[in-house]
Amino acid sequence: MWALFLRDLRLSMRAGGGALIGVLFFLAVVAVIPFGVGPDLKLLSLIGPAILWIGALLAALLGLDRLFQHDREDGSLDIMLMQETPMFLTVLVKCLAHWAGTGLPLIIASPVLGLLMNIKGVAMLAVAATLLVGTPAITFIGAVGAAVSVALPRGGVLVSVLVLPLAVPVLIFGVSAVYGAVEDPAPFTPPFLILCAITLFFSVLGPLAASAALRASAD
Amino acid sequence: MIASIAAFLTGLANPTRFLTVAGRLMPWMICVTVLLFAVGLYLSFQAPEDYQQGMTVRIMFIHVPSAWLAMMCYTVMAIAAIGTLVWRHPLADVAAKAAAPIGAAFTFLALLTGSLWGKPMWGTWWVWDARLTSVFVLFLMYLGLIALNRAMDDPARSARVSAIIILVGYINIPIIKFSVEWWNTLHQPASVMRLDGPTIHPSLLYPLLVMALAFSMLFFTLHFAAMRNEIWRRRVASMRRQAARSARG
Repeated sequence: MWALFLRDLRLSMRAGGGALIGVLFFLAVVAVIPFGVGPDLKLLSLIGPAILWIGALLAALLGLDRLFQHDREDGSLDIMLMQETPMFLTVLVKCLAHWAGTGLPLIIASPVLGLLMNIKGVAMLAVAATLLVGTPAITFIGAVGAAVSVALPRGGVLVSVLVLPLAVPVLIFGVSAVYGAVEDPAPFTPPFLILCAITLFFSVLGPLAASAALRASAD
Repeated sequence: MIASIAAFLTGLANPTRFLTVAGRLMPWMICVTVLLFAVGLYLSFQAPEDYQQGMTVRIMFIHVPSAWLAMMCYTVMAIAAIGTLVWRHPLADVAAKAAAPIGAAFTFLALLTGSLWGKPMWGTWWVWDARLTSVFVLFLMYLGLIALNRAMDDPARSARVSAIIILVGYINIPIIKFSVEWWNTLHQPASVMRLDGPTIHPSLLYPLLVMALAFSMLFFTLHFAAMRNEIWRRRVASMRRQAARSARG
């Protein structure tokens, strides 16, 4: 399992530079916003946390089709399906490796981008913390979509269409936790804990459904 | 009771038998639907105007049944998805696929009538409150499922895959149902399906229940028709494939 984790992590770092593209996309999305809404620093610091979350969500969705696609193309997915280790565990480890390869760089980049959005220090910490807890949930949900679309000729867009509605709660509670940390009346802990709960919930449901879908689409 | 239902469902596994049963039931279902709608619409316009909402209260007779049906349609799809994954019932996949566009239509109707009612009553077409957002997510999920069904040309493979997606998306249904209780939002809480009995006045309740029945019959009629079409479509496709094969040989 550890070997699989390292293999996937190395692949995501090196081959094709999937991790780097995600961060670049994140940067591009965030950088485009001031052009759209205007360079008003007050407004930017108000909507900044939400923009960072949306950018991270989109960037996380962008890399999802890589989760199983390469393994299917070179045939290692069939070997994973045939080996004795339960497919659930394999998918879970692949998700974690994918998250370490694409999600973690986003979290590391988020404070830097927060500077561009004129966000306060507390909010920056809150954004990083909620992303740390919330982005795994996006990967787990996305694994279902990636597994479904692995057999499709043009899966990329479909993954996002299928996954985005299910990822809405993650976004809602992530952003509301950040605003809870910044603004006084709104609490931070409840939405943050709900976010943790969502991630734990999908860490079971996502790999289960994804492994079932992979088995169904294998031939 | 359960055994006889199971035996009936197993009997329907033969698509030809399903087609004959559906063909025989269809005219009756259409008649019952039309009758129920006639009675329901008559009662809806007989119902007294609300002292606050005036005429707009009648929008409820369309809005509430379509919202219920939007959720029931997804439940039917989820049951069909279990049928596909557990019993591999050959018609379960047809049922799930045929239900998706109907469910999308009911969801759209609920959203549309809701916003038509919201403009004079709330003063806005749309608010991002929990109930509206979760129903909107349901609409997106219906569209995603339709797109998924279209993207795969092999029905045998798409059946199991879309069944999994349907079951994963089912978590949205309890969220829709309880969104008005968990979050304090603009949308009013449930007034018909409550443990302590309905809080809505009988003069409005009975037309609503008749309309709900009419919408349910409409759903079953449309669903049966769509299932028949889907079976025929698959037969045509396989016949074409056979014809192409024999032409080559």
